[in-house]
Parts: sequence; structure tokens; C-alpha cells
Amino acid sequence: MAQIGAVVGAATEHESSGSFWTYTAGLGFALLLTAASFIVAQTDLLWQPGVAAGLVVLAVAQMGVHLVFFLHIGTDAEGTNNVLALTFGVIIVALVLAGSLWIMEHLNANMLTPTQMMDMQR
Amino acid sequence: MSAEAGLAALPAAEPLRSRSGAGPAPVRIVVGYGFWIFLLSDIILFSALFATYAVQQGQTAGGPSAHQLFGLRNAGIETLALLFSSYTCGLAIVAMEQRRMSAFYLCFALTFVLGATFLGLELTEFAGFVARGAGPTRSGFLSAFFSLVGLHGAHVTVGLLWLIFLVAQTAYRGPLDYVRRRLLCFSLFWHALDIIWVGLLTMVYLMGAR
Repeated sequence: MAQIGAVVGAATEHESSGSFWTYTAGLGFALLLTAASFIVAQTDLLWQPGVAAGLVVLAVAQMGVHLVFFLHIGTDAEGTNNVLALTFGVIIVALVLAGSLWIMEHLNANMLTPTQMMDMQR
Repeated sequence: MSAEAGLAALPAAEPLRSRSGAGPAPVRIVVGYGFWIFLLSDIILFSALFATYAVQQGQTAGGPSAHQLFGLRNAGIETLALLFSSYTCGLAIVAMEQRRMSAFYLCFALTFVLGATFLGLELTEFAGFVARGAGPTRSGFLSAFFSLVGLHGAHVTVGLLWLIFLVAQTAYRGPLDYVRRRLLCFSLFWHALDIIWVGLLTMVYLMGAR
């Protein structure tokens, strides 16, 4: 009985909140990535047509840092469900974003300009 | 020897166990999981507004464009305020787990001040745009901008009110299990808002100001 109590106690004591150093490391990484984003956006350090892709990569990296260091989405046994739910969420977000952009891009390209529309009415 | 006899000779399968081997997950894990599902649905809601903004970005209807409106200085200060408030929120949870109550209150006070700073800067920016005739009714681009950034700001506002409520409850009830679970949910909410801001900063401000 005492053993069970110890196990349950350990399970509640070992909570999924990080330590001071986890948060501080996360803050450090996040600051570095934010600074990198601002530098990339404001200078011509990157090849200009590639700046948007560079900014996206930096943003995704920073989101990863936030997830791991602040939200503690990790690979421990109790976190499996969280990772699965996150994967599902990321797939939906990717579908909504990429799908909308893709469809609207095509609609835009196929749309008649006002002058073309007037030609048809004639 | 028949197949059935062969099967019977095998050792009985072990009963199913949870991955951690400690029985059902603690309430705290289950509550965190449920709140995480809510946060993901909230992020999906934001993704729809992100997609709208991306599509509407160039539709300025002759009005001011992103390049003319956005300054990176303001966005940078907002980013730092929100990032540090996320950090102090995490430290407050750590202090709570170690029952260092004065550190807990100090960290949450800092979280509140930094969050309110962020909100103040955002509202000032909005008021400036409206004063220059660039309100949400001016163009499709500005409608999408105010919806997206405004929804994030509304979340921050709700978060600040929730923070006041939780600090009062902690002071009144003490660090009981259910109070600590609520604090954990709040910290997840606050960190998720910072994640959304990273996307917002990149897509709206950093790409728009170029």
C-alpha cells in the first residue's frame, strides 16, 4: 500500500511543468530566433526572393521552441496523446492554409478583368 | 499435438498496462490534455483567419498597403512584451510547484503588466490606423488585418481577465489541487497565444513591412 502511495505521489510530483532552466533556455532560443527574423526581414543578408521562405522557417523553428520549452510537448509516456492531437491540428492548419492559398490563387488567375467582362456583354 | 494444446502451452499474455505503468493518468494530465484539444481547435480557428489575410493581403482597394502602415519598431516591442510575459508565466508555475508564493505573485504581476503593455501598444496602433482613415471598413486587406490581429488581441484581453480571477482565487483558496490545475490551463493558454503571435508577427508585420 505504501508502495502504491509512493508511486502515485511520484506521478503527481513529476508534473509536466518544466524547471526554471527549461523556461530560461526556451526564452534564450526564442530571443535568438526573433532577432534572426528581424535581421532577415530588414537587411539583404538573404537572397531577396528567398526572404519569405527564410522567415517562415524561422517562425516554424520558434513555434517548435515554444512547444517544447514552454508547453512541454515531449516524448514522455503521458505526452503521447498530446503529440497525436498536435499532429492532427498541424495537418488541419496546413490543409486550411495551403488549400485556401492554392484555390484562391487559381481563382484569381482565372478571373476576368472588368474590361474583359464588358467585352463579353457587348 | 493440436494447435489448441500448443496455444495453451504458451505463457498467458500480460494484462494491458498504461504506458507509464502507474495506472490511469493523474487528473492533472487528463485536464491538460482536454485543454490542449481546446487550444488546438482555437489554433485551427486562427488558421482560417490567417488564410483569409493571406488571400486579402493585396486587396487594398486604393487604400494604404501593409508596407505603408506597419512599423517594425512597434511590432518588435509588442513581441518582446509578449515573449517575456510568457516567460514570467512559466516561472510563476514553477514557483507555484515549489510553493514559493511571493515569487508566484511577483511573476504573475509581471505577466499581467507585460500583457497589458502588449495590449496597450496594439490598441494604440489600431487607433492610429483608424485616425488615418485606415479602419476595418477601408479595404478587404484592412478587414482581414483587423479580424486577425483583433481576435488575437481579444484573446489577450480574456487572458488578462482570467489571470486576475485566478490570482484572486489562489489568494483566497490557497494552492489546492484544482486551483493549480486551473493555473496550469491558464499557462497553456498564454503560451499558445505567444505561438500564434509568432505566426502573426512573421506573416503580417515582417513580411508586410518589406
